[in-house]
Amino acid sequence: MARIVGIDLGTTNSLVAYMADGRPRVIPGRHERTMVPSVVAMTDNGLIVGDPAKEHLTRSPERTVYSVKRFMGKSLEDVQGELAYFPYHLTEQGGVIRIRLGEKTYSPPQISAMILKELKLRAEAHLGESITKAVITVPAYFNDSQRQATKDAGMIAGLEVLRIINEPTAASLAYGLQQKTQGTIAVYDLGGGTFDISILKLKDGIFEVLATNGDTHLGGDDFDRQIADLVVKEIREQHGLDLNAYPDHMQAVRLEAERTRIRLSDELKTTAMLDLPETKGRYSRDLTRDQLESLTMELVERTLGPCRLALKDAGLTSNDIDEVVLVGGLTRMPLVRRQVQALFGKQPHCELNPDEVVALGAAVQADILSGGTTDLLLLDVTPLSLGIETMGGVMSNLIRRNTTIPASAKEMFTTYVDGQTGVDIHILQGERELVKDNRSLARFRLKVPPLPAGVPRIEVTFLIDANGILNVSARDVRTGDTQSLAVKPSYGLSDDEVERMIGESFKFAADDLKARQLIEARTEAEAILMATEKALKQGAHLVTEEDLSSIRAAMAAVEAAKSGTDHKAIRAKMAGLETATHHLAEVLMDTSLKEALENKKLSEIT
Amino acid sequence: MDHHTYSTAGRRELQMARSMCWHCQSEVSGEYFCERCVKVQPVSKELDYFTCLGFPRRLTIDQRQLEGKFYELSRAFHPDFYQNKSVAEQTISLGNSALLNTAYRTLRDPIERVEYLLDLEAGAVKEIRNSPPADLFEEILELQDTLSEYRSVGRASDTESALRAKLQSERNRLEQRQRDMEAALQQLFVQWDRLQDRGEATDQARAERVRIMKQMRENLSNRTYVKNIVSDLASTIG
Repeated sequence: MARIVGIDLGTTNSLVAYMADGRPRVIPGRHERTMVPSVVAMTDNGLIVGDPAKEHLTRSPERTVYSVKRFMGKSLEDVQGELAYFPYHLTEQGGVIRIRLGEKTYSPPQISAMILKELKLRAEAHLGESITKAVITVPAYFNDSQRQATKDAGMIAGLEVLRIINEPTAASLAYGLQQKTQGTIAVYDLGGGTFDISILKLKDGIFEVLATNGDTHLGGDDFDRQIADLVVKEIREQHGLDLNAYPDHMQAVRLEAERTRIRLSDELKTTAMLDLPETKGRYSRDLTRDQLESLTMELVERTLGPCRLALKDAGLTSNDIDEVVLVGGLTRMPLVRRQVQALFGKQPHCELNPDEVVALGAAVQADILSGGTTDLLLLDVTPLSLGIETMGGVMSNLIRRNTTIPASAKEMFTTYVDGQTGVDIHILQGERELVKDNRSLARFRLKVPPLPAGVPRIEVTFLIDANGILNVSARDVRTGDTQSLAVKPSYGLSDDEVERMIGESFKFAADDLKARQLIEARTEAEAILMATEKALKQGAHLVTEEDLSSIRAAMAAVEAAKSGTDHKAIRAKMAGLETATHHLAEVLMDTSLKEALENKKLSEIT
Repeated sequence: MDHHTYSTAGRRELQMARSMCWHCQSEVSGEYFCERCVKVQPVSKELDYFTCLGFPRRLTIDQRQLEGKFYELSRAFHPDFYQNKSVAEQTISLGNSALLNTAYRTLRDPIERVEYLLDLEAGAVKEIRNSPPADLFEEILELQDTLSEYRSVGRASDTESALRAKLQSERNRLEQRQRDMEAALQQLFVQWDRLQDRGEATDQARAERVRIMKQMRENLSNRTYVKNIVSDLASTIG
C-alpha cells in the first residue's frame, strides 16, 4: 500500500510527518525547519505559501492570508466580531466565506489546500515518491462542517484523506507510543486558534476517549490580540496615530505581539519595538511577564470551564487523572502551565515538542491505517450532540455528545397529510434546547410515495463515521428500497463545488509551479551573492583588476535578474557569476590549502 | 460474575448458522468471521446487545469483563483495520462498530441497561403506568408550591430563611429517598438474576418475573421524578 503521511494543519503553522522503523518523524524543509507557516500570499508572480509568504504579511497585508483555519466551515456571520482584525477582504457565497486575493475569491478549503500542497511537495521531495494519501488532524471540538471543510481541502490539494483525527488524541498516540503509558490522561491542547481538552483511558494499546470539550475560537491569536490592542492604544495616545489606517503596520504589531508573548515564556521582561508610519519614529515599550499574565488571565481561565465539563462528562474528578499532557505552542506559557497544574493537581508532561507532537501522532495513525502498527487502536468520540428539528423549533437528540464513533441512530418518519410527497428534515449539532441556538448542519427533503397519512414509513439512518463526519441514508420500510439523499450542507461546499475547485487547482498548478521556481531561484541567487561578497572580502587582493570588474558586473546582472520574474533568466545570470568567480574560487582554495599544509607542517615540527 | 450456568453461545451459533457468508456463500459457523474465507460478517440487527457482547441477560455485569469484551470486539471490527479491504468489508466494519458502540454504551450504565432489558422482556408488562404514585405526586406538588413561593419572596427576609430551611430539609429527605431507591433497585437486580439463573418455567416463576419487572419499572419512573425535583431544588437554593 502506498505511503500515508500524517498532517497537522494548524492555525499558525503546519507540519507533515511519516513513520519509519516504528518511529514517527517530522519532515523538515529548507534550513531543517519543520514548521510551514500557514500563510498564503498572492504576489504579482502568483500564489506563494509558507515562510516566503510570511514576509508578505507586512508588505502586502491585504493579499496575504493567515489563520484561515478560523474560517473553515464558517459563514461570514459567525466571524462578524473579529472581521476588523483581518487585513484581507472577506465575502460570502452560499453560506461559505470567500477570501478576496487580487481578482479572484477563494474559499477557506482552497486556501488550506495550498498549504496542504506545500506539505505534499515537501514530503515528496524528502521521501522521493509521490504522496496521495494522508491523515489530517483537526481540533477535537470541530463540528461536522469544519471537519468536512478540512476533508474538502485535502481533496482539492490532490490528497485522499483517509482519516480526519482529533489533535489531542493524535498527541496522546505520540505520547502513548513513546512512554507506553497506562491509566487515565488529560490532554490540554492550546494552539494558535483553538482550544481542546480530551480525557482518555489508555489500556493495553487501546486509547479510549471518555470525553472531550473545547472552544474552536480560543488560541494564540486571541492572546496576541491583547498585546496588540494595548500597543495600538498607546501609540494612539502617545503619537496621535491610529494604526488601524495602516494595515501593514497593524500586521507588524501583530507579529511583534506574537514575538513578545513567546519571549516572555523564557524571560521575565522584554521590549516590544515597532517602526511607526509617517516618519513618527519608533515606538518601544517594556513588558513584564506579570503584565502579560494579567492581560491574558481571563483567556486562560476560559479554558478551565471546558476542562471541568469534560471531567464531569467522563464521570471523573481531577483526582482520577493520572497524567496531564500539554500540546500546542501556547502551553509554553508559564501561566498556562500553572493553571493546568492547579486544576488537575499534577505536574503536566511536556517531554515531546508541543509544536510537533500532533503531527507525530497523525503519522502513527497513518501507520495504523496502512497496517504497519497493529497493536494500537484509537476509539474517539463525537464532540457535539447530533439531532433533528422537531415541532416548535426544538432540537431532538439522536446521538449524544461524547458517544464513541462510529455511532449510528435510526429514526422513523411518516406523513401527516394524505398524499404528502415529502418530509423536510433539518439536521443540527449542539447542546442547546432550541434549534436557533444550535449549529445547522444540513437540510434535505425525504421523498415519500403519495399514500394516506401515516402509511409511508421511511427509516433514516444517521451515521457518524470514524472521522466524526455525518452520513445520512434512508430506506422505505414498506418496499425495502433505499433512497439516495441530496443533502445540502448549511455551511459547506457542495460536491459540485469541490469538484470544480479540484479542477481549478490543476489549472493553477502550472502558475503555482512558476511562482515556486521563481522564489527558489531568488533565494538561491541571494545565497550566491552573499557567498561572493564573502569571498571578495577574503581574496580580492589575490585576483586581477579585470577579474574583479567582471565579477562585479556578473553580480549586478544577477541582482537585476533577481528583481525580474523569469526564473530561467536568474539561473542564467547565476551561471554567469559562477564562471566569473571561477578564478577567485581557485586561488582562495589554493590559499586555504597552502595554509592548511603550512599548519600541518607546523604541527609536525612542534 | 458467574454466568456459566447460562449458555448464550449456543443460541448465537444457531442464529449465525442460519445465514450464509456474503462472500463465499458457505454456511457461516464462525462467530463474527466466516471460517472458510475469513471475511468479516455483519452482526445481525436482530441480535440483542447482551448477545452481541457475549453476556447473558443479567442485570449485574462485571464492568472489567464487559470492557475487555468491548476492546476485543473493537479490535475485530474497527474501520481502522479495514482500510486495505474491499468496500463491502469496510461497510460491514462500520456497521458492526456502530452497533458494538451502542451495545457497550447501553450495557455499561446500570440504568440504561435495565431500561433496555425491560424493553426486551416487556411483553406482558407493557401497560405499566407512567405517572408517579399518589403520595409522591402530592409531595412533589407541595414542594413545587414552596419553591415558587421561595422564588417570589424578598431576599434576606424572615420568610426567606424559614422557607429555605424547609426546602433544605425536604432536599435532604429526597436525597435519602434517592439512596433508598438505588438500594432497592440493586436488590431487584439480584432477584432478577437469581430467578433467571434458576431457569424455571413454572407459573410461579412467571408471576415472579412480572412482579420484579413491574417493581423495576416503577422504581425507574419514580427515580426520574425525584431526580428532576432534586436538581430543581439544588439550582434554586444552591
